[in-house]
Amino acid sequence: MNITLQIWRQDGPDRPGGFKVYEVDGISAEMSFLEMLDALNERLANQGDEPVAFDHDCREGICGACGVMIDGQAHGPQLGTATCQLHMRKFENGATITVEPWRAAGFPLIKDLVVDRSAFDRIIEAGGYITVDTGSAPDANLTPVPKPVADTAFDAAACIGCGACVAACPNGAANLFTAAKISHLNLLPQGQAERWTRTENMVEVMEEYFGSCTNHGECEKACPKSISIDFIAMMNSDYLRAKLKNRRLVAQ
Amino acid sequence: MGSPVSTTIEQRRAPWPVAFYRSAVGKKWVMAITGIAIILFVIFHMVGNWKIFLPDVDGIPDIDIYAEALRELLVPFLPEHVALWILRTGLIVAFLFHIHAAYSLTLMNHRARPEDYQGPRTYIAANYASRTMRWSGVIFLAFLLFHLADLTWGIQPMAPETWARGEVYANFVATFSRAPVVFFYIVAMVALGIHLYHGAWSMFQSLGINHPRFNHLRRWFAIALAALVTVGNAIMPLAVLFGFVE
Amino acid sequence: MTLQLDARIPAGPIEDKWENHKFSVRLVNPANKRKFKILIVGSGLAGASAAASLAELGYDVEVFTFHDSARRAHSIAAQGGINAAKNYKNDGDSVFRLFYDTVKGGDYRSREANVYRLAHESLNIIDQATAQGVPFAREYGGLLDNRSFGGAQVARTFYARGQTGQQLLLGAYQALARQVADGSVKLHTRVEMLDVVIKEGRAVGIVTRDLVSGQVSNHSGHAIVLATGGYSNVFFLSTNAMACNVSAIWRAHRKGAGFANPCFTQIHPTCIPASDEFQSKLTLMSESLRNDGRIWVPARPGDDRPSGQIPKEERDYFLERMYPAFGNLVPRDVASRAVKRIVDEGKGVGPLHNGVYLDFHDAIERERRNVIEERYDNLFEMYERITDEDPYEVPMRIYPAPHYTMGGLWVDYNLMTTVPGLYAIGEANFSDHGANRLGASALMQGLADGYFVLPMTIGDYLAEFLNQAPVPTDDPVFDEARAGVEDRVERFLATRGSRTVDWFHKELGKIMLEYCGMSRSEPGLNKALSEIPALYEEFRADLRVLGTAGGLNQTLERAGRVEDFFELSQAMCLDALRREESCGGHFREEFQSDDGEALRRDDEFSHVSVWEWTGDPGQPQLNIEPLTFEAVKPSTRSYK
Repeated sequence: MNITLQIWRQDGPDRPGGFKVYEVDGISAEMSFLEMLDALNERLANQGDEPVAFDHDCREGICGACGVMIDGQAHGPQLGTATCQLHMRKFENGATITVEPWRAAGFPLIKDLVVDRSAFDRIIEAGGYITVDTGSAPDANLTPVPKPVADTAFDAAACIGCGACVAACPNGAANLFTAAKISHLNLLPQGQAERWTRTENMVEVMEEYFGSCTNHGECEKACPKSISIDFIAMMNSDYLRAKLKNRRLVAQ
Repeated sequence: MGSPVSTTIEQRRAPWPVAFYRSAVGKKWVMAITGIAIILFVIFHMVGNWKIFLPDVDGIPDIDIYAEALRELLVPFLPEHVALWILRTGLIVAFLFHIHAAYSLTLMNHRARPEDYQGPRTYIAANYASRTMRWSGVIFLAFLLFHLADLTWGIQPMAPETWARGEVYANFVATFSRAPVVFFYIVAMVALGIHLYHGAWSMFQSLGINHPRFNHLRRWFAIALAALVTVGNAIMPLAVLFGFVE
Repeated sequence: MTLQLDARIPAGPIEDKWENHKFSVRLVNPANKRKFKILIVGSGLAGASAAASLAELGYDVEVFTFHDSARRAHSIAAQGGINAAKNYKNDGDSVFRLFYDTVKGGDYRSREANVYRLAHESLNIIDQATAQGVPFAREYGGLLDNRSFGGAQVARTFYARGQTGQQLLLGAYQALARQVADGSVKLHTRVEMLDVVIKEGRAVGIVTRDLVSGQVSNHSGHAIVLATGGYSNVFFLSTNAMACNVSAIWRAHRKGAGFANPCFTQIHPTCIPASDEFQSKLTLMSESLRNDGRIWVPARPGDDRPSGQIPKEERDYFLERMYPAFGNLVPRDVASRAVKRIVDEGKGVGPLHNGVYLDFHDAIERERRNVIEERYDNLFEMYERITDEDPYEVPMRIYPAPHYTMGGLWVDYNLMTTVPGLYAIGEANFSDHGANRLGASALMQGLADGYFVLPMTIGDYLAEFLNQAPVPTDDPVFDEARAGVEDRVERFLATRGSRTVDWFHKELGKIMLEYCGMSRSEPGLNKALSEIPALYEEFRADLRVLGTAGGLNQTLERAGRVEDFFELSQAMCLDALRREESCGGHFREEFQSDDGEALRRDDEFSHVSVWEWTGDPGQPQLNIEPLTFEAVKPSTRSYK
């Protein structure tokens, strides 16, 4: 396959950036998108040009490190697929492919296609956990969890933290990421003790860095794990209840 | 990590309804609830105005009787106009909140992506309606002000020259005999329909009303509501313009 | 032998050793814990769980990860599950049975006391993870479900769909995030450790490079914990993530930490074969597929007909033929070698003739398609996404790939390396899996070390240093280490040769896979030992790293990692050459029975080979820790 790549190159956050065009020929249709970028980088290095920086690691769609905008879609045209699992056979021979980094105020650019997603860690630190010191846990089978609840919690917990939801959202909102973690923990009996403080704190830290949800549904389609926006509705419902319940808890 | 796009938790400590409204999730709640209030008004207004299709009662147009009855709502429990003004105040407050929330969320969203994608975007789920809410909203708002000046306040040149307070039927026929007004009206109703196509679906999400068994009905509800409001309103000026009502 | 290899195995019967030890170690008073600073490198299952647990105890903890977030560590990719001797299935499981299976599965090359402790702590891991909200699979009654896994006759594997590693890691990551929010842990992301600092024989700090700014800095602590995973990427193509590397433990090795059993590597039989020369990594397909899939190749070499056109009698179901009793369910090492042998005979299938069929046709006919869908649908989907072939229609193609490294830094019962104050936990150490790791045991070991073992044992070392401040970071030992790091970075940039880092890495990988992979021989290993130093010379003379050291430079990061692989690979080959026996994942062609099975030599090699750095990667010094078996008597594994 021969393709033309239009890739965003930018040396650093405060440096000017722009598209650069590279012709790449002899691409195998069996390559993953990232292997195609590897091949490009190998050629760039052989020509004496600095390779394109991009984040990646496990290359099996679970670590969440990779992720770029491919032809205006987060993780590219295949639904439910991270960039590393997207293969070149999904593109036409001779195609021009535009590659851009995630763009959001919460994800400042570091270099080329690499952005800083640590705002996601701040959201988790605000309450995306169950407080249980090591050693203090009761027997695992002490608390039965109905299977449908456990399965739904898992659907939410499948999030890989790649940031595609923010990248795809026309508003740059992180509601799907936040709702997925809130729902995972709020659904389980183990997560009830901190349910309301968790919801309030995580939502409010999220809003420090990201935009607001206007229910486009674009995040769900971009999500490599196809996490449902139903979880956003659950979060919205819990947020109002959290405002009421937290006041009541404090009053006691 | 990026620079904050809104205030921090500490800056937000306030009585809970205020704090709630300061959050984006809270604003979406408010938008959904005010949206429901507005759409209930729109439907009530539309159904009331369908009275133009009814025959006169003792030589008085049915709609004029209806208008008078509105002014006398809950009389003698309340003086004339009071009940109507309570409703109007509620409606105005709903509009103000709906607009303010939309405005501040728009600003927040712009701050959340200061630099837009430089290449073309391909949307899969986001549709024309969802991406043009603020424009369909603004068009409808502009129409609403015109509509008030035209039929409620009788301000020239928006209102027809023959405008007279209380003569609802006559004013109605006079204004919609003007083709440009009808055109503007139709454009606004289409905008409202588009607004509702997304809004009526979106409010379920914002309010956290979510049930796997009924979720697929939410989109149909929105389509039905949008179609009802657009068509139900548009037939009235068209009926005047094409002489079915005179 | 110059290393002090005192394993400090506690006295008493095997069941009591850990309890006895916990009672005998020195403790640090809760109020004093905050006076001790512990530096943890790595944020995977072991690192994150250790950091969270130590911070909960009150220690002052700093964590370093080269990822952009602690959640990205490669533990996240583990699919199958985690073993625990809960006996929820009432099928006769017990701590002793899990211990026994693990020692046997490791082909009697692990340390009994450590393995028993691992089996014991497995119970607590499940409790802890469940309380954290890890969504393990459940039965309709709401209680936890188990499944069976290779190498065990009981169902003791807890799982969360095919993403058990992800869910366990997120549990540990969230526990860590709670401590970060609390201020008890300082987390450094996108920071890579490049050297360990030693003063007067003790580990006192590390030198790191910030991958974004390029800033090299010194960090000082009372103890250093390496939780940096395994080194399968020495083969270039492996199931490991792209960034997995040996550098942290190799740098520690160069500073005096003994490296144990480097040749014990595990090859996983069911991975998707490479599709072209640009292949960057191999993707694992869960071992559970072998429960229903039948493995076969065309009986005639070079038979290129589509699989569906080859009649049953012209197929060779070679595992069923060679191992009638276990058939397709033989352990990983046995299956891998058989597949390699068949492919080497020219019977490989696929465009590159580099795989064998894993066929679900019979299972689908027997069980109905929807049963198979329920069991494997997510795996089938993943396979189809990668290969564009539908496993419901055509057989999967699989081939073994390097997956896990049982070898690692030598540690004593406290998980301390031969350098006082320097600890290694998780896959980075050598202790629990012997010569072969059983499925669903890696997650168990990482979490046992991090949650339950290290937090108990580290106080024994720290207690000595109460009220002593850590060595200041402007001490000359830090300057020296830091200068070494900076010189090395400069050297890579100044070489200005013509070959890229990846080119060297691929070449090294080819040598390693060929001569030190699934089967090894004396001539092959000698060949590797002559080719690797030559290639390494070329690397030093002809490497091309573009860009600068003053910012994000991913090629520069890789250059250091590949250089460490060059040194490690020599130790691996030397270790494989010297271990004149076949055991577990280590198969020496000279040591096999008449029918091609591994021949273990307990009389000569029932020991841990611990290599000591001498300054020359080709001439490390060998040290021996003998292994004694009191609770389990070594026997020959047979799967016929």
